[in-house]
Amino acid sequence: MATIKAAIPGVFYRRPSPTDDPYVREGDTIVPGQTIALIEVMKNFNEVKAEQGGTVAGFLIEDGDEVTIGEDIVELKD
Amino acid sequence: MSGLRRVLVANRGEIALRILRACHEAGIEAVAAHSKADTDARWVRLADAAHHIGGSPAAKSYLNIEAVLEAALASGADAVHPGYGFLAENAEFAAAVRERGLVFVGPPAEVIAQMGDKSEARRTAVAAGVPVVPGSGPVADVAAAAQEAEAIGYPILVKAAAGGGGRGIRPVAGPEELSEVFPTAQAEASAAFGDGTLYLERAIEGARHIEVQVMGDTHGNVVHLFERDCSVQRRRQKLIEEAPAPGLGATVRADLASAAVRLAKHVNYVGAGTVEFLVEPDGSFYFMEMNTRIQVEHPITECVTGVDLVAEQLRVAAGEVLSFAQVDVELTGAAIEVRINAEDPTNDFAPTPGNLGTFTVPGGPGVRVDTGFAAGDTVSPFYDSMLAKVICWGADRTQALARARQALAELEIDGVSSTAGLHVTLLEDEEFRASAVDTRWLERRRLTP
Repeated sequence: MATIKAAIPGVFYRRPSPTDDPYVREGDTIVPGQTIALIEVMKNFNEVKAEQGGTVAGFLIEDGDEVTIGEDIVELKD
Repeated sequence: MSGLRRVLVANRGEIALRILRACHEAGIEAVAAHSKADTDARWVRLADAAHHIGGSPAAKSYLNIEAVLEAALASGADAVHPGYGFLAENAEFAAAVRERGLVFVGPPAEVIAQMGDKSEARRTAVAAGVPVVPGSGPVADVAAAAQEAEAIGYPILVKAAAGGGGRGIRPVAGPEELSEVFPTAQAEASAAFGDGTLYLERAIEGARHIEVQVMGDTHGNVVHLFERDCSVQRRRQKLIEEAPAPGLGATVRADLASAAVRLAKHVNYVGAGTVEFLVEPDGSFYFMEMNTRIQVEHPITECVTGVDLVAEQLRVAAGEVLSFAQVDVELTGAAIEVRINAEDPTNDFAPTPGNLGTFTVPGGPGVRVDTGFAAGDTVSPFYDSMLAKVICWGADRTQALARARQALAELEIDGVSSTAGLHVTLLEDEEFRASAVDTRWLERRRLTP
């Protein structure tokens, strides 16, 4: 199984704003380059883009949690 | 009412340390409320007691009203100082602090709410006889906005009623852009401030951003402490502040100050506050907003007036009379504050968290550095990017600028990128030195370090 890792540290968000739907859910198929989450660094919001495609097996981190650099975010199955 | 005994500092970093210092000088104990990431921070170590209030993301600690209140009650504090940012202008928090029998170091919750709603603040300014930028009340949809915009005249700014600090503002050049910008701005305002209400203002071109510091007490006294010029900005965020505003005529200065005092008196203001104005080249000015808290740039006002604003905040919060009257406030010399941020100015000011290696701060006559950091500290990704404020006072603006240049030459930071180099360029710039700048100047100049 492949994972998508955080390229920067900060606070992890699954949705573009608190009232919006999550970018992706378990079972969704994603394509390379697709935005799957946000990481907030010092009040700046950075999009997390999938490097590869696949099906989302599950999120390894909760919405609003802190994330460290290199930490696994999403597990993908082919 | 007797003085305060113990204050919970509901903030972090340099402002937490600033408040702690003022408390100790006044013989008051200071309690730090800190997140996981800040456990070993310098200001936490210097506090008389420390309470862990939650996880590193601000939403789980510094913005968690219940966690902060619990820390205040558990520590036996009799007052809460909110600093700036986080909960400082949260009326619900101010009310909750008072409901728990504690003193909130700031104005009444109702005044925070009144000034925090930008369109309500406009109405209040008009009622107080203070000029406002031509604009609208809340606009419900694009059609209503288009009609109002036609009456005001383009270019306009679409603003979030709940916004502030330069956030939630979109410029609109003409009607065709309005239909595009309006829904996006509404969605952003809902997401960022929990309130999608928008209003319109005429975009004032070539204006300076000048703000007046005021202080009020519970005995009906309101005084001003002159003005600050905050015109060097990028993306409507301040980079450099000066006091007094360079080249401001005596008449305009007096008019701005009396307008600010008029507004503060109108709302029975208590504590430290700032009334922000846009000032056009011909000296006409408009009320923008009022900040109901201590501000990042308060030290330059302290430098040119000799008044300790945080000490006065504590004094009036305890119900005492201001320690000075208007006639006692004299303007002496000039001061400048440059904000050193952990950002890469060569990469669109991208934030650069990391570990500070060297962190050597400047000194000498007239030089003050407010920072929450020391060498070896971590600049965490969770909070804003400010590393330090370098504040320099001089007998006149020329001396203040010369001291600022020397101070920046002495400042040594490694481990993270910073805006220090950009400030060196800024201070050398002829247009800046001639103080021929407005709020969009930096964006036009595209200066790099």
